[in-house]
Amino acid sequence: MELLNDVFTAKAIFIGIVFAITLGIAAYSTYFERKIAAFMQDRIGPDRAGPFGILQPLADAVKMFMKEDFIPANSNKWLFIAGPCLSMLTALMTSAVVPFGDTVTVAGVTFDLQGIDVNIGILWVFGIVSLGVYGILIGGWASNNKYSLLGAIRAASQNISYELAMGMSIIAILMLTGSLSTKTIVETQQAGHWNILQQPLGFLIFLICAFAECNRTPFDLPECETELIGGYHTEYSSMKLGFYLFAEYINMFISGAVMATLFFGGYDYPGYAFVAGQFGTTVAAFVGMGALIGKSLLFVFVFMWVRWTLPRFRYDQLMGLGWTGLIPLSMFNVVVTGFGILIGQPILAGIGGVVILLAGLFLNDAIFRKKKIA
Amino acid sequence: MKLSNKTKVIEQGEMTLAERMYLPAIVGGMATTLKHFFSKPVTIRYPEQKRYLGPIYRGQHILKRDEQGAERCTACGLCAVACPAEAISMVAEERKKGEEALYREEKYAKVYEVNMLRCIFCGLCEEACPKEAIFLRHDTMVPVFSTRDEVIYGKDKLVEKMDQRYLRDGWK
Repeated sequence: MELLNDVFTAKAIFIGIVFAITLGIAAYSTYFERKIAAFMQDRIGPDRAGPFGILQPLADAVKMFMKEDFIPANSNKWLFIAGPCLSMLTALMTSAVVPFGDTVTVAGVTFDLQGIDVNIGILWVFGIVSLGVYGILIGGWASNNKYSLLGAIRAASQNISYELAMGMSIIAILMLTGSLSTKTIVETQQAGHWNILQQPLGFLIFLICAFAECNRTPFDLPECETELIGGYHTEYSSMKLGFYLFAEYINMFISGAVMATLFFGGYDYPGYAFVAGQFGTTVAAFVGMGALIGKSLLFVFVFMWVRWTLPRFRYDQLMGLGWTGLIPLSMFNVVVTGFGILIGQPILAGIGGVVILLAGLFLNDAIFRKKKIA
Repeated sequence: MKLSNKTKVIEQGEMTLAERMYLPAIVGGMATTLKHFFSKPVTIRYPEQKRYLGPIYRGQHILKRDEQGAERCTACGLCAVACPAEAISMVAEERKKGEEALYREEKYAKVYEVNMLRCIFCGLCEEACPKEAIFLRHDTMVPVFSTRDEVIYGKDKLVEKMDQRYLRDGWK
C-alpha cells in the first residue's frame, strides 16, 4: 500500500478543502449576485434572513430541496436526471488542475497546493469545459420540450464557436511558456511577470469567451427568458434546477481561477518573496492561495457587474462576434506573439500589436466608412 | 414650411469603429453601473423604516372627539351618502339625559361601521362631514386582515382614544 502515504492523505484533505471552498463560494455567489444587482439598481437586496441577509443561501437551499421534484411524463427519465448531475460534475472537475499555491510543508509532509499537476493541464480544462455543455444538452433534450431543446442547441453551438477563439488565445500563452502544465505557466509568471502584460489582447479574447462558455450575460442565450421561457431548464424544478444554477456559479468561480492562473500570475502577489523570507515558504504559499481566490472573486464580481450592465446579444450577433470577430483577432494575436518571441520583446509586441490593430482599423474606417450626412 | 427651427433631421451613416467595437460603450455602461453601485439606495427597509407620506395621506378612519372628549358624530348619514363604495353604515340614537359628556349633539351614532373591504380611501366621507367628525388618518394605515370578521371596523376601533389624540400636521 505504497499509494496511501502521507502525501496522498494531504492531497485528499486539500482536495476536500478546495471542494468546500468552491461550493461555499458558489453558494454565496448567489447571495452576492442578488446584492450586487440590488446595489447597481439602487436597491437594498435580500436582507431578511440573518443580519444583512447572509443566511439567504441557506434559505434558498431549503426552498430548493422542499419544492416538488417534477419529472415530465414524456421526458427521458434517466437522461433528465443525468443532465444536472453531469453539469455539476464537470463544473467541479475543472478545479483539479488549477494551482492554488506553491509547495507547502504541513506536519512534515511536503506537497503542492494543487489537485494534480498533469503536463496537459490546459487541455484538461478544455476537455472538461467541452464536456460541460453535455449536461445542458442532455437536460435540454431529455425534457422533451421545444424551448428546452432550442436552448440546448444554442448552448452547444455557442460553446463550440467560442471554444475556438478561446483555444487560439491560449495558444499564444503556450507559445510564451512552452508548456501545457498550469503549474509551469504560473511559475513563469512569478515576481510580477504576469502574462497580462504580454497578452492584453489575448486576455480580452479569453474573457469574452469565458462569458460565453459560462452562459453568462450578455451571452446567456441558452436560458434566454424572453424567447425561450427558461431555455434548457424550462422543465426543471427543485434541486435539479438548483444544480444547474449552482453549476453556473461554480463555473464562474473556476473560470475566474483559470483566468487568474493564465493571465494574472496565479498565486503570485506583490511581496511574495518578502513574505517567504519573513515567515517561510509555507505561509507564503497559503497567502498565495488566498491571493488566487481573491483574484477569482474579483473576476466573479466582473461577471456579475457585466450581467447587470449589458443587455443580451441577439443570436446572429453572437455568432458574428464569435466567428468573424474573435477568431480572426485571436489569430492576429498568435502572429503578434510569435513576432514578439522572434524579436525577444514580448511585452513590446503585445502592446504594439494592440496599437497596430487599432491604428489599422481606424485607417480602414477613415477610408471606407460612409460618412454621416447631417 | 418650417414652423420652428427645432426640427432635427437625423440620417444615420455606418457606425464608426468605436461604435462597432462595442467596447467604449460597454466601458461607459459599466462606469454608470459602478457609480450606482456606490450610491445610496432609493428603497427602504419597509416595515422597520417608514416614509412620511404627507399630511393629507388617506389612511385609517378615525371618529374624532371634541376638546372635552365628547364624540362629534351626530349620525347625520352624509358620509354614508357620499361614500361611492357604500362602505359606511350607521344606526342613530337619541342622546339621553346625563350623556352630554359623551356625545356633543342630541343625536349620536350608536353603531358606526366601515367595511374596509369596500372602502376605497377616497376621502369623500371626510369632505362630506359637517361636524368634522370623521377623518382619514395620515399616519396609520389599515392593517392587513386575514379573516372576514376583522374586516368591518366598528366604533371600538374607529373612535379616537383620549390618551392618544390624533393630530394632523398643520392643525394647532
